[in-house]
Amino acid sequence: MANVGTDANPLRVAVIGAGPSGFYVADHLFRQREFVVELDLFDRLPTPFGLVRAGVAPDHQKIKSVTKVFDRIASRPNFRFYGNVEFGTHVNVQDLREHYHQICYTTGAQTDRRMGIPGEDFQRSYSTTEFVTWYNGHPDCRDCQFDLSQERVAVVGVGNVAVDVARILSSTPDELVKTDIADYALEALSCSRVKEITLLGRRGPAQAAFTTPEIKELGELADADVVVLPEEVKLDDLSRATLEHNPDQATIRKLEILQEYSKRGTTGKSRKLTIRFLVSPVELIGDEVGQVVGMRLVRNELYATEAGTLRPKHTDQFEELPVGLVFRSVGYRGVPLPGVPFNDKWSVILNEKGRVINPNTQQPVVGDYTAGWIKRGPTGVVGTNKPDAAETAGCMLEDLARDSILKPKQPEVAAARSLIRERQPNYFTYADWLRLDELEVTKGQAAGRPRIKFTSLEDMLSALGR
Amino acid sequence: MKVRTILATKGATVVTIRPQQSLREAARLLAEHNIGARVAVNEAGEIVGIISERDIIRAAARLDEALSRPVSEIMTKEVIVGLPNDDLIAVANAMTEKRFRHLPIVERREMVGIISMGDIVKCQRDQYKGEIDTLETQIIADET
Repeated sequence: MANVGTDANPLRVAVIGAGPSGFYVADHLFRQREFVVELDLFDRLPTPFGLVRAGVAPDHQKIKSVTKVFDRIASRPNFRFYGNVEFGTHVNVQDLREHYHQICYTTGAQTDRRMGIPGEDFQRSYSTTEFVTWYNGHPDCRDCQFDLSQERVAVVGVGNVAVDVARILSSTPDELVKTDIADYALEALSCSRVKEITLLGRRGPAQAAFTTPEIKELGELADADVVVLPEEVKLDDLSRATLEHNPDQATIRKLEILQEYSKRGTTGKSRKLTIRFLVSPVELIGDEVGQVVGMRLVRNELYATEAGTLRPKHTDQFEELPVGLVFRSVGYRGVPLPGVPFNDKWSVILNEKGRVINPNTQQPVVGDYTAGWIKRGPTGVVGTNKPDAAETAGCMLEDLARDSILKPKQPEVAAARSLIRERQPNYFTYADWLRLDELEVTKGQAAGRPRIKFTSLEDMLSALGR
Repeated sequence: MKVRTILATKGATVVTIRPQQSLREAARLLAEHNIGARVAVNEAGEIVGIISERDIIRAAARLDEALSRPVSEIMTKEVIVGLPNDDLIAVANAMTEKRFRHLPIVERREMVGIISMGDIVKCQRDQYKGEIDTLETQIIADET
């Protein structure tokens, strides 16, 4: 048999998860000229793009323009998409090992971290993961319900996801209708009675994770005043010393914006969005039927760790914040995949530079790789996954060159296709997606929107006449 | 970006050395694993020092029979340790100012890994590359 990676015997790669990392792995494998690669990209959803479709805020269409890059990658003749095919349900590790030389897991960080405080599970306390996927029309969350009859909302966290959620809650129907937010979410948010939104950061303004464009947008909302307490953006001695020692332009810019907000008064807009710093929720307060009615906060002060990071430390000052709705946004977490070694400590697939590691031997598992958030944890912007995927793809090619790959019984493209057809007759191809995309955009144009999303499998199947 | 991001792609084994081992063994271990430093731990697994390639070179220049001496004799005993949630920028600044290049990472008194200046440089490079890529994509989208 000819060497693997030639025209006669191409390298067969399965990539699990069609988010940015899955596409970037494909891109890097296609860019090199030494080996011939045939790649199948799987996703449990009928539609591709992962968090670019279901995570990036609907009013951030520019960030979503990266899908044009993905379309170009998908247009290669040696690329196939198998949507609506779930790893662990329709295909498992053993199936893939019989059909592919290499498998790369790019499943992302699919769940949220918990705050670990009493009352976290009261009604009307939600994870932002649920809320974000709901307003983005993710089929898993389309039937979720959020009680938007409440007037006061707390969003725990000051990362960009928390800021997205606060901004969406503060937007007017006119602002939202210009986006590709799910139709049902547009309707629910248009009837929202939310008046006060509070973002809660446990460290100070100089340590907040949000980026400059995100924080700037909060000051430009049509019908919401942004409020920052002057005493909370006044820099503490440690933060000031750190910044004087190592002036970081991005941090300085963020501080300038926040300090400007602290000087603004309210102007009578219908909603008020307050950004708080140096406070942590220690308990959610519930009523007699277990619904959130408030939150107990502790004030924090900063201390420096040995390695120079400024961390929060609780003081003995507490306050109560009356809120009827809580969204926790304290980070995402990866979930283990059946048959794939997992590193519980960091909630990622156990790996070294993208090579999956056997926990017993500490040696790489031949043929298994990972990239993206399930490899390094949830961090960075969409583009950060590109160098990350390049590292993994580099390992894959290196291992191919020294013949450390799987020896599948049926490496043919057709064999994999017939297996998938047998296990999941309703699989979606990239051509199916392009048709859905066109229908969504056309429907959107008629309504003056970027697109109107299909949010259920049934709707997608019937739109394709299946 | 935090220290844990670097540790996430480094597998699960943390290699250490005993203070009574010789410098020759230390040098061999560094060469074999292609790393620049190793943490010395006692029987209880507690960190008692750190030995780097620079320590070994200094000892070789200064002492007779340097390679036969125990690690404990020349290791740095005042070890600065980091936490998984330490900010990479803060760590990089601390490393530059205090002139150390390897940071053992500890969680609940247990050593969970070690990161080097090189790891941080790579991580920051990838972060900047990613941000540039995302910005470029958006600029191109504006033009089309």
